[in-house]
Amino acid sequence: MTPAQAIVAKELRSAYSSPIIYVVAAVFLLIFGILSYIAVVNAGVQAIRLMQIQGLAAKINLNDLVFRPTFYSTSIILLLSLPILTMRAFAEERKLRTFELLMTSPVGINEIVAGKFVAVLLTYTGMLALTGVVPVVLAMFNSFDWAPVFTGYLGLLLMGALFLSVGLFASAVTENQIIAAFLSFGILLSVWLLGAMGAILGDTPVANAISYLSFIEHYDRLVRGLVDTKDLVYFICGILFMLFLTHRVVESERWK
Amino acid sequence: MIDVQNITKRYGDRTAIERVSFSVTKGEVLAFLGPNGAGKTTTMRILTCFMPATEGTATVDGFDCFEQPTDVKRRIGYLPETPPVYQELTVMEYLTFVGRLKGMTGADLRRRLPLVIEQISLGDVRDRLIANLSRGYRQRVGLAQAVLHDPPVLILDEPTVGLDPKQIIEIRELIKSLAGSHTVILSTHILPEATAVCQRVVIINDGRIVAVDRPEHLSARLRRSEKLSLTVKAPPPYFADRLRGIPGIVNVTEPEHGGAYLVECALGRDVRDELARFVVTNGWDLLELKTISMSLEDVFLRLTQHEDGISERSDGSAEREARA
Repeated sequence: MTPAQAIVAKELRSAYSSPIIYVVAAVFLLIFGILSYIAVVNAGVQAIRLMQIQGLAAKINLNDLVFRPTFYSTSIILLLSLPILTMRAFAEERKLRTFELLMTSPVGINEIVAGKFVAVLLTYTGMLALTGVVPVVLAMFNSFDWAPVFTGYLGLLLMGALFLSVGLFASAVTENQIIAAFLSFGILLSVWLLGAMGAILGDTPVANAISYLSFIEHYDRLVRGLVDTKDLVYFICGILFMLFLTHRVVESERWK
Repeated sequence: MIDVQNITKRYGDRTAIERVSFSVTKGEVLAFLGPNGAGKTTTMRILTCFMPATEGTATVDGFDCFEQPTDVKRRIGYLPETPPVYQELTVMEYLTFVGRLKGMTGADLRRRLPLVIEQISLGDVRDRLIANLSRGYRQRVGLAQAVLHDPPVLILDEPTVGLDPKQIIEIRELIKSLAGSHTVILSTHILPEATAVCQRVVIINDGRIVAVDRPEHLSARLRRSEKLSLTVKAPPPYFADRLRGIPGIVNVTEPEHGGAYLVECALGRDVRDELARFVVTNGWDLLELKTISMSLEDVFLRLTQHEDGISERSDGSAEREARA
């Protein structure tokens, strides 16, 4: 087991012994459940209406009526819940002085950052996997196209990973967990709003550049089932950039 | 093994340590002695590569703490001021994690873990959560963490803090047993500890080194400025002032509720005979006259409370402190 793997294991062990992760996962799954339930009922209402008009059993499109709205709304829950998963990462180490142990061990800062990132990413992936119950159950009653569901999940995974990397960065700049959580929430919401900012500026190169920076546009395409390299590049570069910034912040700690 | 040259560390405009130089040879145990805030922890943090010095160089086993931190870190076991423990882990989980961090293999861990747990007597608590351990046990877990990968250099920041007397003796024995094969730097403000386990003491105050020597030499060097304790039956009024008139006597401290006068005389002058004659010829009854040798405590207080260092006399304020 390499030091980085040891960090992943330890982070997971710590995370699962704290109530935070259970509360976050429970709330996340509950709201995901409510959202998909609303979408399903809504789809049912529309199906009945179509039946009354056309007089025959309508073939309703679950991809459009259930998955897309649910995936869109999920981004808001992620915005609120993922900062809670990452707020401890560095802030707590610093507060409890265990940071000194990490920094005086023969481990690179990149291994520390990568270890912590992989640990929260695994936790988040687990949460996402549990939401898989919804499409599996729906698949028993109706048929739909699985491909956009998978790309939607890919979007959720990539966007969530980006949120987590922002959260790690926020956790590295402070030793107060509440500040860390609120800061990452603030950064994410601001970046989100860049999309709207670009939209009001019209179709100019500057406006397009601004909207490109917002993750919501890229996420949107994945949810609609479009896998475009440009969106994948956006997420991967964003994640690496935030992890790089985290690395710099942790490193700069030594210079204070 | 450890070589520190002119290290200065500034935090903003506050200077924590200034031009500190010392070296430690292989197998030596060195104590860092100084009041709180003197710069002990800062020096240790620089040696462990936790932070770089503003100026100067530090090397461990020939590796520069700034240029080759990973090589240095591999050779060092470090116990910080606050034991760096994760409360949500058990002692075994924690030590295994630390071992992995230090790059130990599974075989290394299987070999070293039982040994260290035995050495630091953690057997009773090995499967308990660190959150439920007492201060003393946490300190011991911290110590176990530092020695786990059997590093050639140990840097221990107040290793016996929070331990009960029996544990303190055990830990001191442990440190002594490490001497020879390991190079140890420990910081403390408990003086008997320095005398008990260390071959050399560095006294540091206000970020500067005020003395480096063997504990017994330090007090020997200071003993020359004699202090005498004088007891006289029913001392007359203004007795202290009359004593001050005797040539060679520098300071006299009057006892508060009767008892012994504390007489201090100039460097290298023995005034006992004159003092005795003075008392007896004046017809007072001399009950007791004896020299007081300085303990390491006195040396420490004297060195850390004045800038004047070893060779000069101290004034009354240190004296009162020393007696308190």
